[in-house]
Amino acid sequence: MSDGVGPPLALLAELTHRCPLRCPYCSNPLELERASAELDEAGWRRVLGEAAALGVLQVHFSGGEPLVRRDLAALVRHAGAVGLYSNLITSGVLLDRARLEELVDAGLEHVQLSFQDSLPASADRIAGLADAHRKKLAAAALVREAGLPLTVNAVMHRQNLERLPDMIELALALGASRLEVAHVQYYGWALANRRALLPSIEQLERATETVESARRRLKGVLTIDYVVPDYYAQRPKACMGGWGRQFLNVSPAGKVLPCHAAESLPGFDFPSVKTASLADIWYRSDAFNRFRGTAWMPEPCHSCARREIDWGGCRCQAFQLTGDPARTDPACALAPDRALLDTARENDAAAPVGDFAYRQFGTVPVGESRE
Amino acid sequence: MNAAPERVIVDGTSRLRFAPHVKFRHDETRGRWVVLAPERLLLPDDLAVEILRLVDGSLSVNGIVDDLARRFEAPREVIAADVTQMLQDLVDKAVLAP
Repeated sequence: MSDGVGPPLALLAELTHRCPLRCPYCSNPLELERASAELDEAGWRRVLGEAAALGVLQVHFSGGEPLVRRDLAALVRHAGAVGLYSNLITSGVLLDRARLEELVDAGLEHVQLSFQDSLPASADRIAGLADAHRKKLAAAALVREAGLPLTVNAVMHRQNLERLPDMIELALALGASRLEVAHVQYYGWALANRRALLPSIEQLERATETVESARRRLKGVLTIDYVVPDYYAQRPKACMGGWGRQFLNVSPAGKVLPCHAAESLPGFDFPSVKTASLADIWYRSDAFNRFRGTAWMPEPCHSCARREIDWGGCRCQAFQLTGDPARTDPACALAPDRALLDTARENDAAAPVGDFAYRQFGTVPVGESRE
Repeated sequence: MNAAPERVIVDGTSRLRFAPHVKFRHDETRGRWVVLAPERLLLPDDLAVEILRLVDGSLSVNGIVDDLARRFEAPREVIAADVTQMLQDLVDKAVLAP
């Protein structure tokens, strides 16, 4: 360990940006990597080996849709061989019995499946893919039949928040042991679609009550993870548990990032697994050290009693709202730029629901520039 | 549809094991025991490790408490309360199961 920095706990392996879904809140960057730029199987095997040697305990295979990679099972097997616990984060639409058997045989431990809504027509519209919801239900059944634990990831926003009670029932009916009630976070694609997605305070308060009551009723049956969205929070979330403290993210092309959205930050030269070891990148790169710890913090963060609780919040959000990634996250009520977030909330949540700008390759939503 | 699942209540006669796909292992990098579970990572303290090492699906909670009371020379009822509470919490989190 150097300078008190411990090893990372988890690796988010974004195998690809390809995905049959086109969700308007996709967490991938606006500039999507094409298949030709993706690390090959040998490259990913090396990443997994280096991650385990560095002290990573869990790997989350993600994307895009990780199942578009034909070498997924081989990578899961390799993860197990080097001692990593494997989790698959998927939309489920490409999961059939044969694929799942291959993954179970390779040692997959857990599946997180995303749902867009409880109403099929609405779910398919949000996903931008016909028949997606039915395929997801089938995928969830296969996962439970195979004896794998299932987490349902319910992505919530103003167009489906009314149906949170139904989403909880859906998770129960599918045999999930965990439900992640994930309010959309407004970076990248979701920021471009904020007017179509940001809920009102009334919607949010009802959702929070729904979760609290379900948690009491379902204790020991269904674990519900829930975080109040930044736009309605008084204090920022500890994004990724703090910059360069617990997680590292490897992009489809092999860039190593402190979080999946960090590639949008200006003034960084994010290192690549093609030219440096993960250990070098984690402990010694400028990118990982830039916002690590508390020394970089401006006031009011630097003297704040919560500085080692929230670690200054989210650098990507600070940049996207203020233009400067080193500013205090406007999600904090004490932030000098808090008004930016308040204004957005007042304007967008009250506005008529906007059309979706669906995620796609090669074009970026209006209002965002492309180099 | 299956019958609705119910919460498992831990008592002295409960025999618990790690839930499927939960791994309790020693991490060489950190020099400590860890619990790896779906989207969850626990770093149990020394006492929790002593308890978890006795969770094997055959020893009852009473048996675990007896063992700890003997080895740590502590009042049995204090240990019983702490152990039951910890195990109930881990059952609620689906880390342990009957």
